[in-house]
Amino acid sequence: MSNVTQTHSGKKLHKLEKVAVRFAGDSGDGMQLVGGKFTETTAICGNDFATLPDFPAEIRAPTGSLPGVSGFQIHFSSHDIYTPGDAPDVLIAMNPAALKVNLKDLPENGIIVLNQDAFSDTNLKKAGYTSNPLEDGSLKRFRVYPVPVGRLNAEALSKLGLPKKDAERCKNFFALGLIYWMFDRPLDSTIGWIKDKFKKVPGIADANEAALKAGYFYGETTELIPEHYEIPQARVAPGLYRKISGNEAAALGFVAAAQLAGKQLFYGSYPITPASDILHELAIHKNLGVRTFQAEDEIAAIGATIGAAFGGALALTGTSGPGVALKSEAIGLAVMTELPLVIVNVQRGGPSTGLPTKTEQADLLQAMYGRNGECPMIIVAPATPGECFHMAIEAARLAVKYMGPVMFLSDGFLANSAEPWQVPRVEDLPRIDVHHPTVEGHFQPYLRNPETLARPWALPGTPGLEHRIGGLEKEDGSGNVSYDAENHQHMIHTRAAKVAGAAKDIPPAKVAGPDHGELLLVGWGGTYGALRAAAEEARAKGKSVAHLHLRHLNPFPANLGDVLTNYKRVLVAELNCGQLLSMIRAKYLIDAKGLNKVKGKPFQVVEVLRGIEEAMR
Amino acid sequence: MSVTTTTSTMAPPAAKPVSKADFVSGQDVRWCPGCGDYAILAQVQKTMADLQFPRENVVFISGIGCSSRFPYYMNTYGFHSIHGRAPTLATGLKIARPELSVWVVTGDGDGLSIGGNHLVHTIRRNVDLKILLFNNQIYGLTKGQYSPTSEQGKKTKSTPFGTIDYPISPLCVALGVEGTFVARTTDTDLKHMAMVLERAARHKGTAFVEIYQNCVIFNDGAFKGITEKSVRPEHALFLEHGRPMLFGKDGTRGIRLDGVHPEVVQTAGGKTDGLCVHDERAAEPTLAYMLSRMRNPDYPVPFGVFRAIERPTYDGMLLDQENQATAKLGAGDLQKLLKGPETWEVK
Ligand code: SF4
Repeated sequence: MSNVTQTHSGKKLHKLEKVAVRFAGDSGDGMQLVGGKFTETTAICGNDFATLPDFPAEIRAPTGSLPGVSGFQIHFSSHDIYTPGDAPDVLIAMNPAALKVNLKDLPENGIIVLNQDAFSDTNLKKAGYTSNPLEDGSLKRFRVYPVPVGRLNAEALSKLGLPKKDAERCKNFFALGLIYWMFDRPLDSTIGWIKDKFKKVPGIADANEAALKAGYFYGETTELIPEHYEIPQARVAPGLYRKISGNEAAALGFVAAAQLAGKQLFYGSYPITPASDILHELAIHKNLGVRTFQAEDEIAAIGATIGAAFGGALALTGTSGPGVALKSEAIGLAVMTELPLVIVNVQRGGPSTGLPTKTEQADLLQAMYGRNGECPMIIVAPATPGECFHMAIEAARLAVKYMGPVMFLSDGFLANSAEPWQVPRVEDLPRIDVHHPTVEGHFQPYLRNPETLARPWALPGTPGLEHRIGGLEKEDGSGNVSYDAENHQHMIHTRAAKVAGAAKDIPPAKVAGPDHGELLLVGWGGTYGALRAAAEEARAKGKSVAHLHLRHLNPFPANLGDVLTNYKRVLVAELNCGQLLSMIRAKYLIDAKGLNKVKGKPFQVVEVLRGIEEAMR
Repeated sequence: MSVTTTTSTMAPPAAKPVSKADFVSGQDVRWCPGCGDYAILAQVQKTMADLQFPRENVVFISGIGCSSRFPYYMNTYGFHSIHGRAPTLATGLKIARPELSVWVVTGDGDGLSIGGNHLVHTIRRNVDLKILLFNNQIYGLTKGQYSPTSEQGKKTKSTPFGTIDYPISPLCVALGVEGTFVARTTDTDLKHMAMVLERAARHKGTAFVEIYQNCVIFNDGAFKGITEKSVRPEHALFLEHGRPMLFGKDGTRGIRLDGVHPEVVQTAGGKTDGLCVHDERAAEPTLAYMLSRMRNPDYPVPFGVFRAIERPTYDGMLLDQENQATAKLGAGDLQKLLKGPETWEVK
């Protein structure tokens, strides 16, 4: 699988198709930063990649402790890849705790690069080691490269006259430099970043650059590591690419949606993990007509969003599951007043505060049913980080066209995971049609478009259209408060029919793989990569397995019922206890089975593959 | 795409002259006969006409409760939202559409109990909204439970042995978060209400007005001992900026400061020396706060404008930031944004 060349330093350069590297260290060690820089360089080298950061819930757990370990995994390849990799091939461990937490994921013969200097008695004790794994033979099954990162880094920076503490902070760049050598990557992009980032403190810039280079040269010159690797460029569609995470893509998607609709973007939000990055990203773009509002609480955030929607903005609120719980009464108000807005739920582990920094897909039924009364809303779910962009535009389109709230279900994995993304051309993006009535005369705020059943979006400031809306039941047409029994039932059905009718307006369900067969693997949201890879592997083993990933969860695509009946078995894989499964079983009365995991972690490809094989047995 | 950048509360006058009747919506008013809400509704409609507000630029937003039916009766834009949340909708609307005149109508339960959080933060931010809090010291719509402003010991359906809650004072709350316009009036004094409403309408920033409102059904006469014509001179103090604090028949009594405490003194022959002079524009809200603490029977209850200062509004500063960002960076370019800081080309 690899062919070998000799490099000028006399070391062997192996060609690999793909590799997964995990950086792990204390949360203060800057692992997310070096992971991010490694990713950027990998992108520029033209590999396909997927990343998965894994950070602790505490900002700074005690130094050296197991809960304080922060990790970042990148899987990169010379061909298409779909996941950050089930297991790392290479682990960089900056201290004993990082080794201990991550070792169980490493396959036999996997490479461990570790910071030898951190393996002091105190640190070993903090990590719960009773003997030093570097000496007790417990790492025999792996290829271990102990590197005195602390000492080498200090030596490399000794001439710069930096305070000891500042010099020590650079050791993550030393490690990064070493890994750059290991994978034959250029340093220039990272050096450029360092220069720019620390331009006001040139001493620090020089130190980080020196540390990076020292790490690289250490790899090249010492005897310790006998070989390094090259992962050739991937063959991807020509075009302009960038790296993007799900939260970034969602934020950009909504900015784009507002422009495509000719609207101001309003974002009302209350800080919550893992959604806050959307607020941070949007708050920057004041010169693009984006107005962000950090509210006093989750309810205020959606209240303001409803107010902005009433005023005619493309209005958006973002949160995670606990926030959606608080917003549910207000979502009902948006359903009742039939105003367009998007609610972003970046799902995390629940219930209650749950696992704030971990991923889960357990808020689907909350999105479906988590409100008082019969209160349907449209639900969409992006499948990949990059797709968050296009689904944001889709969510906005549906909200505006069908005049109601739309739930955008992202998750912690999509939010923080990054992949290469082909930059779309603005002129290729779909316009979003918006109509505001201006005609004077007898205005009826609930007179519906016969095709979509949407009511008109009449804006304050328009003479002659003064009207009142609210949470009390409305008489269809006039919008006057009505307690009439027949009208209430009619309105309940109308609101449901409006949401159901959007099925005509969404793409049909499309499978990857055979269109008839043994098993259909069904999923939604951020599990896309693992499911797709597992289905491909199953087919490679000769199994008749197709994969369907749903982006529209309410309503379902109109052809979904037919698609499901084309397979002998249906297996619904999701990171919950079977929520989509219960929706599919209830709606289509088929004996679908579930493949479920609720550990705060994404599916591994092997887990899904095993699930497929068991289901087919 | 961007909306106009004026931050004035006072919308430009209506193109066609408007009368009070123009602000009356066709809906049947459903408050109990004799409810204080009627007087407030009529006065608000009249003030709107007096100020020649264009109906289309006015939005009334309410929560839940008797007072919150208010928007249905105003022939303007209106939003009857959910319990306690009106200030949040109003804030979002004002951010999106700063040129609109946005009014919040709330009550003592809606605004100070379930919606207390939003009320304080809205006032703190100085969003350019007009907030009318109808205080009747009772829950009317849910039929007679005590409210956060009910006096201690009050026997209601939910407190058959009397309340053991200490009441909250709306004005203390508003001043505590440094409201830029804080006033009190009553449903029984239309002239005074007209003055306060007009001042509120002209204020740039959050104008918070507490209106004593009589609930004839569940708490009739709650303010009788203060606001009824016959007792008013002895029990109410009408504040005027720059004037000494005088009350009582023929101004025979006044308020003086004894250290940091107010005291009631007799004024000899109309002499006002040494009396407290009302200063609604004081930068510090200390004096206004002291006034908001005064209550019967030890003190007269003050009415009028406690505080009216100028301070940049939330929506105004938001627009300033937006304009500065645009001036500095130029109008945003979506394509550039999508490209981000670093790209690579695949051939
Ligand atoms: S219950 Fe009281 S406050 Fe409510 S409408 Fe009747 S009188 Fe007015």
